[in-house]
Amino acid sequence: MKVEQISIFIENKSGRLAEVTQALGDAGVNIRALSLADTSDFGILRLIVDKTDQALTALKGRGFTVSKTEVVAVEVPDRPAGLASILGILDGGQVNVEYMYAFVERCGGNAVIIFRFDDAEAAIRVLLQQGVHVLEGERVYSM
Amino acid sequence: MTGVMTAEMTIWDRQYECMPRELLRELQLQRLQQTLRRVYTQVPCYQNKFRDLGVEPGDIRSLEDLRHLPFTTKEDLRLNYPYGMFAVPMREVVRIHSSSGTTGKPTVVGYTRNDIRVWSNLVARFMTAAGVTADDIVHIAFGYGLFTGAFGLHYGSEEIGASVIPISSGNTDKQLMIMQDYRSTALVCTPSYALTLADRMQQKGIAPEALALKYGLFGGEPWSEEMRREIENRLGLVATDNYGLSEVMGPGVAGECQCQNGMHLFEDHFIAEIIDPETGAVLDAGAEGELVLTSITKEAFPIIRYRTRDITRLDETPCACGRTLVRMMKTSGRSDDMLIIKGVNVFPTQIEEVLFQVEGCQPHYQLVIEREGTLDTLEVQVEVNESIFFDEMKKQRQFVDMLQKRLLSALGVGARVKLVEPSSMPRYEGKASRVIDRRRLVDKK
Repeated sequence: MKVEQISIFIENKSGRLAEVTQALGDAGVNIRALSLADTSDFGILRLIVDKTDQALTALKGRGFTVSKTEVVAVEVPDRPAGLASILGILDGGQVNVEYMYAFVERCGGNAVIIFRFDDAEAAIRVLLQQGVHVLEGERVYSM
Repeated sequence: MTGVMTAEMTIWDRQYECMPRELLRELQLQRLQQTLRRVYTQVPCYQNKFRDLGVEPGDIRSLEDLRHLPFTTKEDLRLNYPYGMFAVPMREVVRIHSSSGTTGKPTVVGYTRNDIRVWSNLVARFMTAAGVTADDIVHIAFGYGLFTGAFGLHYGSEEIGASVIPISSGNTDKQLMIMQDYRSTALVCTPSYALTLADRMQQKGIAPEALALKYGLFGGEPWSEEMRREIENRLGLVATDNYGLSEVMGPGVAGECQCQNGMHLFEDHFIAEIIDPETGAVLDAGAEGELVLTSITKEAFPIIRYRTRDITRLDETPCACGRTLVRMMKTSGRSDDMLIIKGVNVFPTQIEEVLFQVEGCQPHYQLVIEREGTLDTLEVQVEVNESIFFDEMKKQRQFVDMLQKRLLSALGVGARVKLVEPSSMPRYEGKASRVIDRRRLVDKK
């Protein structure tokens, strides 16, 4: 039920994002979703790609500091208060969200949101109990 | 523990290394007076400097009188470049060495045949104290050339009768291959290069047990106790510090025994003083300050009250090894790379210690000092690696905050920590230069 995500440390200087995306392009890796958290000095770029292992190898080969983490992809109804309902469920289940970002593609008319939880197992349990659709990794990589 | 105790019993020159201190002081005075008479008649620079202060060799009647003599600085050596400070004709000089000039010309030093013999014996003293015997295979990874490091250790090893591998510096992979295949038992290099070797071993999956190393003799740059423990763990050896500088002789001025509690300074050949680097006043034994050295047996290049710029202190209490020679503590920095930030004295080694205490933090760091208006700012740039990189911004920022807090408490002045990408700083196989002081550009006008 979990999705593999790669995180990359990026110094805040010109050309670094281009370098990351070029490295992935050269390795034939396609980016499925991304988010960038930044400070004045550095940023953490998080990516979901179609070929995680190739992406890791390509980025390490160019000297980037990279880590692999597990996140959860959740289908969210594409209507007012759609996300609010999901967050309400998580809050009720006492699950904390570390961060989240939206997926580019839709899934059967629904939006897809990527979540990083403090306790992914508990989050998945709570969501499934309430009938929320959690996407498999394989499905997300090929969307 | 018994192995260590046996090694400690081995003393290269028991007569002088264990001499009662009163006798040692008599010997020092006698040798000092001889040296002063020689430099006064043979080296115009010394005669002029003595006359400027109105002192003559005959005025020096006790070791305490030494403080009436003028200091010698790197600037004096530069002004007398290349051979102006030599006290013998060139036909008696059998070797010339030279030290890096931080600015302008290098400094040039010379040795007579007897100087080389004395030097080899002093190196043999600290190598023996570090554990090296005739059965050892000594891997010398200092660069062979004008610098004194490689040749000093080379001649000392041969004096002991050990087998020398003069591999010189560079080519880390080849160093590791030879260390494994030739079964090197003693490693000689800078402490930072020892860590470079350990890093490469880790990358290539070479365990410390795959090497035959027993002893590491490191010198040429200041290093911390944390760094010693890390080198010992990662290379599987006993690491000792040794000290010397080419202006005074080269390695072999002082060296640690296996008690690892300071470097025995060979006082039958050198007189050490500790001074206040600001005022030049001689400080009490035991106080921290700048080390000043006077050679009392050298023939070709005697040196009087040389300002080493190295900050240390001396400990006269007896050492468990039986040597009576004073112990010089690890240099805590140099009086000229001592940074004064917002009025607080900061040594780069203090920052290195903080970084070492944080697990996974290799010492790839750089210090940038700038002046914003009238305020100095210190930025510590740390190269990120997988063990200190967190996917969550909250944890990443907590890590930076934690480092900043620890630096503040260790230094007494705030430092801004900036994480940078790996390999964004230059790597050095020799001395590392980690300080960028941008204030000087402002001060110069």
